Amino acid sequence: MNDTVDFLIIGGGPAGLAAAVEADGLGLSTLVLDEQPAPGGQIYRGIESVHPETRSVLGDDYGQGAALAGAFRASKADYRPGAAVWRVDEDGSVAYSQDGKGATATGTRILVATGAMERPTPIPGWTLPGVMTAGGAQVLLKSSGMVPSGPVVVAGCGPLALLITQQLIRAGADVVALLETTKFGDYLSAAPHLLTALRARDYLRKGRQLRRDIRAAGVPIHSGVDALAAVGEDKVRAVSFKRNGARSEIAVDTLLLHFGVAPNTQITRQVFCDHEWYEPQRYWRPVRDAWGATSQAAIAVAGDGGGIDGAVAAALTGRLAALDAAHRQGKIDQAERDRRAAPLRDEFATHQAIRPLLDALFPPPPQICAPPDDTTIVCRCEEISAGDIKEAVALGAMGPNQLKAFTRCGMGPCQGRMCGLTVSELIAKARGETVEETGYYRIRPPIKPVTLGELAAMAAMAAMAD
Amino acid sequence: MFRRLHDPEPEAVTINFEGEILKVGVGETVAAAVLTANPGHSRTTPVTGAPRLPFCMMGACFDCLMEIDGIPNRQACMEIVQDGMKVRRQEGKRQLSA
Amino acid sequence: MHSADVIVVGGGSFGAAVAYGLVRKGVDTVVLDGADDSLRAARGNFGLVWVQSKGMGLQRYADWSRESSHLWTDFADDLKDSAGIHVNYQNGGGLNLLLSEEERETCRRNIDIMRQQAGADGYDAEIIERDEIQKMVPGLKVGDGVAGGSFGPHDGHANPLRLLRALHRGFEHLGGRYFACNQVTNITHDGGAFVAETPSNCFTAPKIVIACGHGITKLAPMVGINAPIRPQRGQVLVTERIETTVEMALGSIRQTDEGGFMFGNSEEEVGFNDGTTLPVTGNIAARAVKAFPQMANVRLVRNWGCIRVLTPDKCAIYDESETLPGAYVATSHSGVTLAAVNAHHVSKWVATGETPPDFDHFSARRFDVPAAA
Repeated sequence: MNDTVDFLIIGGGPAGLAAAVEADGLGLSTLVLDEQPAPGGQIYRGIESVHPETRSVLGDDYGQGAALAGAFRASKADYRPGAAVWRVDEDGSVAYSQDGKGATATGTRILVATGAMERPTPIPGWTLPGVMTAGGAQVLLKSSGMVPSGPVVVAGCGPLALLITQQLIRAGADVVALLETTKFGDYLSAAPHLLTALRARDYLRKGRQLRRDIRAAGVPIHSGVDALAAVGEDKVRAVSFKRNGARSEIAVDTLLLHFGVAPNTQITRQVFCDHEWYEPQRYWRPVRDAWGATSQAAIAVAGDGGGIDGAVAAALTGRLAALDAAHRQGKIDQAERDRRAAPLRDEFATHQAIRPLLDALFPPPPQICAPPDDTTIVCRCEEISAGDIKEAVALGAMGPNQLKAFTRCGMGPCQGRMCGLTVSELIAKARGETVEETGYYRIRPPIKPVTLGELAAMAAMAAMAD
Repeated sequence: MFRRLHDPEPEAVTINFEGEILKVGVGETVAAAVLTANPGHSRTTPVTGAPRLPFCMMGACFDCLMEIDGIPNRQACMEIVQDGMKVRRQEGKRQLSA
Repeated sequence: MHSADVIVVGGGSFGAAVAYGLVRKGVDTVVLDGADDSLRAARGNFGLVWVQSKGMGLQRYADWSRESSHLWTDFADDLKDSAGIHVNYQNGGGLNLLLSEEERETCRRNIDIMRQQAGADGYDAEIIERDEIQKMVPGLKVGDGVAGGSFGPHDGHANPLRLLRALHRGFEHLGGRYFACNQVTNITHDGGAFVAETPSNCFTAPKIVIACGHGITKLAPMVGINAPIRPQRGQVLVTERIETTVEMALGSIRQTDEGGFMFGNSEEEVGFNDGTTLPVTGNIAARAVKAFPQMANVRLVRNWGCIRVLTPDKCAIYDESETLPGAYVATSHSGVTLAAVNAHHVSKWVATGETPPDFDHFSARRFDVPAAA
């Protein structure tokens, strides 16, 4: 099977869905390859099948995904769920795996809309059973209507930590506390942005309401916490932290961690797009123009995979990328493209305006970016610690790729997703250089593991075609 | 470790987790279903044998690797439960299939 | 300005092995290495300590490879002592699988050629049948498509990345000085010593070994050596970890000590493009499944291209400059195989001038077109 389409979208979240609807409307033949079994990505995960009570617990923002998924289903875009893209080539060809079978497809233009991941959360003990990401718990709530059965603590910083805490409380989970690393100083440095952020009032009101809901349920919010650690032998039994110089422990069955989200750059790196370092939130993102075009001629990016701007902004950038694709392929002229884009850009600007405030309010804590405790596991797959990494740098490993060769850090199944950011930060710190100077892992295919049998079958089919 | 908010019946499907029969909800991922069974661990690492449970639930961390219907190292958070599925923990490195 | 007895340019398999051998002999040595994203064949190396396919057209090289394999056990033990790192050298012989009658026939012819060439020195590889192969790899089901194999008793494999790390660590433990991000841009001779310039530093020593892979093309002429090398890509697949199933090296198939299976092998003339291609990936996978059908549900986890440092006859170049004695070039694409002789003999050659027997066979001058009579 080798389809050729005008617009090949990888990812079924808001950016991909909105791009598909827009592209289809503009007359582009559109294919969406979605690793998930149903539309929504992570932010709107399970939107088509969520129990009405759970949907109400999750709130209105989540509910907005339903209209988008509906519009997508109504479009003529070709939707392939359960299709894991494992290789993208610069010329727009893509290899993917669906139901254990390998296939290729080609897009005149590719849109990488694979979104974000939570940034790594390396605290001592984070690999213990029972420690999960806040996003992971949210997925369980959205797609399976599940909550932690025992005492749960949410720890970290950022809007999602606040939101999941409130959602879990509303769902009836035994939330013992929210531990925030955010401290008073962060609020002070955020203050100047209050004046410029157009929707700051709305946002702050939302945040205040969330905090009120949490406190009203009798759940304490401890701010300015530091030195988080998951305590336990074979599973987590407590979260330990420092606050105002004093160390405390809270017994838990589940510990949820969240320190912000970062673009998932596996595909954009694998297809050799240029990337830049975004200092305020300490993550890498692909270099892109106002239409999402990357440094690769056939590749565009939209949504949180290009830079964290949230779900509504993701849909807008998806549509902008579709407009650009339609223009490039002669479906609309430049004037038409710009005319249609104008209101989208205005709306995007209002959503983006909140970012400097959020970035200043929720910077990822330095001790999460570069864990100070040498025993902290950094590479979960290969079980390499911060101390191992520092030792390898002292031995002469001058970057993430030499480090990988020396320690196997980053060689496991996740191929650097859980450790890449941390590794670059630790190496930069040890070598006294900027993270931008240090660089990142070389990302190679397969983006997701694929069986040799599938590959062999693809080779056989290609041989027959020749 | 996790519990359901709503009864999976009457549409529930049945899976076998390490010999235990579980009634699970249609459309749940294997990882989600296993988490409701208080499993202690769903895999042990091939490097040190350390116990792990699913971490990210979105296919990024690979900590949810399990043996499903005889095939080892499958991402349980990316597999939807099917009636009669046999699920086992992934203990260390996989074996080659017979 | 840093000074030393010897400057080794290049921290890959070749440079690190020679440098390790030098500090082992108490020679004050600096290694100048590139950056994280420099071309590094050592990081993409397959890990074979291979003899059976080496030296067609140059018997001296066949002998040199064999000698290295005989030194490898002691070399690995020595590394364990000085670096504390076990490189997992397996020397149970190596088996190159032949997946068609054509491959088998080509192999048989090559064995004949090598036997003739070796004469009294002897050549020990031989073709063995499928049932014999199955006995050698009891943990794997040999596929029906396997037409035979060529078994070489001197062959083996080691962990190539741990080898590199062990060489670096041993080098530093024994007092060597390592400078990363110091790519050499210029080499001159000031009448007394060689001067190597890097973007941020200057190094001087009476001797210099240029062992920096493709960097040799630019640097060797600066010391009056013309070492023709060219890039050639090989693509490699590595799988998820699997319980130890086979310890013997199987040519373009080997199981690492961590458990993943590595599959190669391609030979592509694509310049310095170290990417991967879907067709080659598929073909390597197809061969893997043909050889061992159990591989069908084994997952590929990573796929890379690596740029070999290839000489015109695929045999090593070892040369000392005639115009500037004390300047050496050392290179081949078999950095793991030759690590033992590089550490042992080549370092001695550099340190003392004691040339291994018939070493002139490895001079780059063998590629010079003879002048018209």
